[in-house]
Amino acid sequence: MSAAEPLLDVSGLTKRFTDRHSVLDKLRRRPPAVLTALDGVDFQLRPGETLGVVGESGSGKSTLARCIVRLHEPDAGSVTFEGKDMLAAAGADLRALRRSIQMVFQDPYTSLNPRMRIGAAVAEPARVHGLIERGEEHDYATQLLERVGIRPETVRRYPHEFSGGQRQRIAIARSLAVKPRLLIADEAVSALDVSIQAQLLSLLEEIRRDLGLTMIFIAHQLAVISRLADRVAIMYLGRIVETGSTADVFANPRHPYTRALLEAHPRIDGTRVRKPAARAETPSPYSIPGGCRFHTRCPLAEDVCSRVDPPEVEVPSLRGGHLSACHVLPRMAQAPMPASVGDAGG
Amino acid sequence: MSAQAPADPVAAGLPGPLGNLAAARLRRRAATERRWAKVTLWLGLAIVGAIVFISFAAPLLGFVGPDQQNLAQALQAPSLHHPFGTDTLGRDILTRAIYGGRIDLTFAFVTTIIPFVFGALVGALAGYRGGWIDTVVNRFVDTVVAFPFIVLILAIVTIEGPGLTGAYVGVFAVGWALYARLTRGEMLVERQREYILAAETLGYSTPRIVLRHALPNVLRASIVFSMADIVLNILLLSALSYLGLGVSPPTPEWGALVAEGQNVLLTSWWVATLPGLVIVLTGVGFSLIGDGIADRFGRDFTLTGSG
Amino acid sequence: MSAAGRKMPAHAELLDVRGLTIGFPAGEGLLLAADRIDFQVMAGQTVGLVGESGCGKSVTLRSLLGLVPYPGEVLSGEIRWLGEDLRSASKQRLAALRGREISMIFQDPTACLNPVFTVGDQITETLRKRAGLGRDDARRRAVELLDRVGVPSPERRLEAYPHQLSGGMRQRVMIAIAISTRPKLLLADEPTTALDVTIQEQILSLLMEFQQENGMAIVLVSHDLGVISETCDEVVVMYAGRRLEAGVREAVMGSPRHPYTRGLIQAMPSLEVSDEPPPVPIPGQPPNLADLPPGCPFAPRCEFTRPECRSVPMTLDADLAGHGSACPFVGVAA
Repeated sequence: MSAAEPLLDVSGLTKRFTDRHSVLDKLRRRPPAVLTALDGVDFQLRPGETLGVVGESGSGKSTLARCIVRLHEPDAGSVTFEGKDMLAAAGADLRALRRSIQMVFQDPYTSLNPRMRIGAAVAEPARVHGLIERGEEHDYATQLLERVGIRPETVRRYPHEFSGGQRQRIAIARSLAVKPRLLIADEAVSALDVSIQAQLLSLLEEIRRDLGLTMIFIAHQLAVISRLADRVAIMYLGRIVETGSTADVFANPRHPYTRALLEAHPRIDGTRVRKPAARAETPSPYSIPGGCRFHTRCPLAEDVCSRVDPPEVEVPSLRGGHLSACHVLPRMAQAPMPASVGDAGG
Repeated sequence: MSAQAPADPVAAGLPGPLGNLAAARLRRRAATERRWAKVTLWLGLAIVGAIVFISFAAPLLGFVGPDQQNLAQALQAPSLHHPFGTDTLGRDILTRAIYGGRIDLTFAFVTTIIPFVFGALVGALAGYRGGWIDTVVNRFVDTVVAFPFIVLILAIVTIEGPGLTGAYVGVFAVGWALYARLTRGEMLVERQREYILAAETLGYSTPRIVLRHALPNVLRASIVFSMADIVLNILLLSALSYLGLGVSPPTPEWGALVAEGQNVLLTSWWVATLPGLVIVLTGVGFSLIGDGIADRFGRDFTLTGSG
Repeated sequence: MSAAGRKMPAHAELLDVRGLTIGFPAGEGLLLAADRIDFQVMAGQTVGLVGESGCGKSVTLRSLLGLVPYPGEVLSGEIRWLGEDLRSASKQRLAALRGREISMIFQDPTACLNPVFTVGDQITETLRKRAGLGRDDARRRAVELLDRVGVPSPERRLEAYPHQLSGGMRQRVMIAIAISTRPKLLLADEPTTALDVTIQEQILSLLMEFQQENGMAIVLVSHDLGVISETCDEVVVMYAGRRLEAGVREAVMGSPRHPYTRGLIQAMPSLEVSDEPPPVPIPGQPPNLADLPPGCPFAPRCEFTRPECRSVPMTLDADLAGHGSACPFVGVAA
């Protein structure tokens, strides 16, 4: 295990959204509805690592990303980047920190200003942060665009003249313009066709290598991050329920939700055993179940699961750092996956 | 499972003679619709352009002396010499309408653009910032919009005396509110768009985000409305003048001209009616422009559909 | 029980689509969102239309019920339902078929559920109008249906409004409405794309169960090869409005004959972490339907492309098992 100082240290991060409290509710003495998006998230990221964060709707994964870059202000917890407290930063300090952490968003059709030429959009961040001078925009933009596979002659075109995959490339180029150290991809390929997804994933892998970037890759499907991520964190209803190196977690998932995700993934060769991987529906984040938040859907739930919130337990693993928040599964003897995970490619 | 498709069509690639007919018909229909959309915009621009040009270039076109009286020629029906006829004081109505255009068009333009700019900025800021700024602006806008506009104008005119000043002040005080509301509404939506979030993540300052990124994208509804607003402002001034609260005689202004003709409406219909038609024509012109712009906006930046 | 409830003999051909061509105006010309599409659906069978965005699968599905969005039009081809020509059918005939013998479910249930009516109202409305049930019978049946589709506490849920339900629940309600009249054919347009994978699995299981119980045929449109693989008997692969490959699932997924199908399969991210080959992207950009090259539309991105591709006739040559590919050059050895 490397003793390197973590690049990013997130601890106890909590974020709740409170609905507007209408007059009617006040009259009925109903408390305002509170959506718990993040309920105490902890993780660390080492320099050069890629962390895959996987969760479905209501998991809080996007809120996590936005809290890290302070698009939302967390209610509790801390975010430390390179030793600096991100949540306390303000003004010029915050702007400087903003250079270091960049984000690529999900929707290719709204992540670029429709009224701005792509060259200008890509060069603007560098200008704003003083990385380039006035006349250098064109060359800087061209370089960045070429790096992501966009032809330089198109630098004066508008976003609507490009396809979804190309727009995402442009968005990536824009975020690289400030030379960040950490790149967060928030479902950056989810809205793209499969053939283009593979292109973008391979581009991100290249960029990560060439620029030595640290990455957080957020997705709602495990398969997408299986190659890109060194480590993976599975989120459910605002908390990380399992984390560990990708190889360890995939080979030996030790949380029933992770197992459900793996089992539910449809396969081309039809080897999957069809049995429901998780019952019912995800509860609403307005009312997170007591005890273990997954117990309402868990095929292995025991009595203790509905009463006590499970602590994180270390699972023996090859690469270490494999943690699972479950009362039951980590204690079971090595439980093989019901359907073989090692099936032929995709 | 059939694996054989019907025999291949001719090189152009459309299956069979019926297919070709259907395709040709679809192409024609789409072309006709596109043409109509273009016609709307250009027709509107042509009408308004012509009226603006004639009004402001009047002397060059030989129209002089809107106030020149010639009692011998009073109340002449429209003729070659006086295309719009003459009024009770023998003045050429066409000339008066043309010079009146200057006043109406200037009024319309100024009373639209200034509230537009001010309202849009206020609305955009309120929508972006949210919080107490938004609440304050909202309440203010609600009050202004709810205020009986005519009463305000009358009050100001009573203080200032008749004349254009009252009308200008009145519209400035009230006209901005709708623009603020429109841009605020669009800003609330635009605010959450990812390119705005990206701008924040990139560390841009709020003025830069609001002015450079958000504002150009929240003006759509306001621009379309401004076309209607121009027409409404012309009608407002005309109404005020008709009531004797706008311009004072002998200044020509479309509404005033209509007022001047109302006493002789039954005998000399042209005195009131023809200037009235000019108002209508101008209104139609601006409306067509508004329609054309709205169409254009609908088609620009359309997202690709799926499947 | 109405005719809609009768089970069809096992191999009856329900739907026969031949040469279906759908055009949309584009600039000065025309683009073909669907170009000479053929497929048949037998009773009790599931046919999958698979392809990426813009390939024409959704618009093909909608055209079956006369729902091609404006300004598109079906330009030529045949759509036969139990022998009856649907293209020349009157609006009333199509309206009578929809929701009775042929039902449709969509990707976004919010779009088909009316937000101002309760869920119960919407289900019972269908039952009363389409199946002629009385008020109490309809209500009872609605509860049964909700229970069948896996909605917990169905009596209470009848009074719920769509916005009070989760996405998965809304999807279930939409399915309940669609199967309430025991249709012979269900058209499903990306029904699980917007759902979490664990819910997707439940919904797909549900659809498969119905199929078993009622002999209902399904035409499933999806971009997800995994979903298609697990549910379909026959698969049609579409690209730029054309059929590139078609056949039984095992053949098309197991030994694909068209380079695009192969490319799609290889590009899919898998759950395999180890030394299996990484996903191989398909190079290039998605096709621009308004500007397609002559011959095979996939040629610009194909690794096997050659000059002859520009004059390929785009018919599917079938092997003995009925597995057809539009590419005559590759994968001839099935």
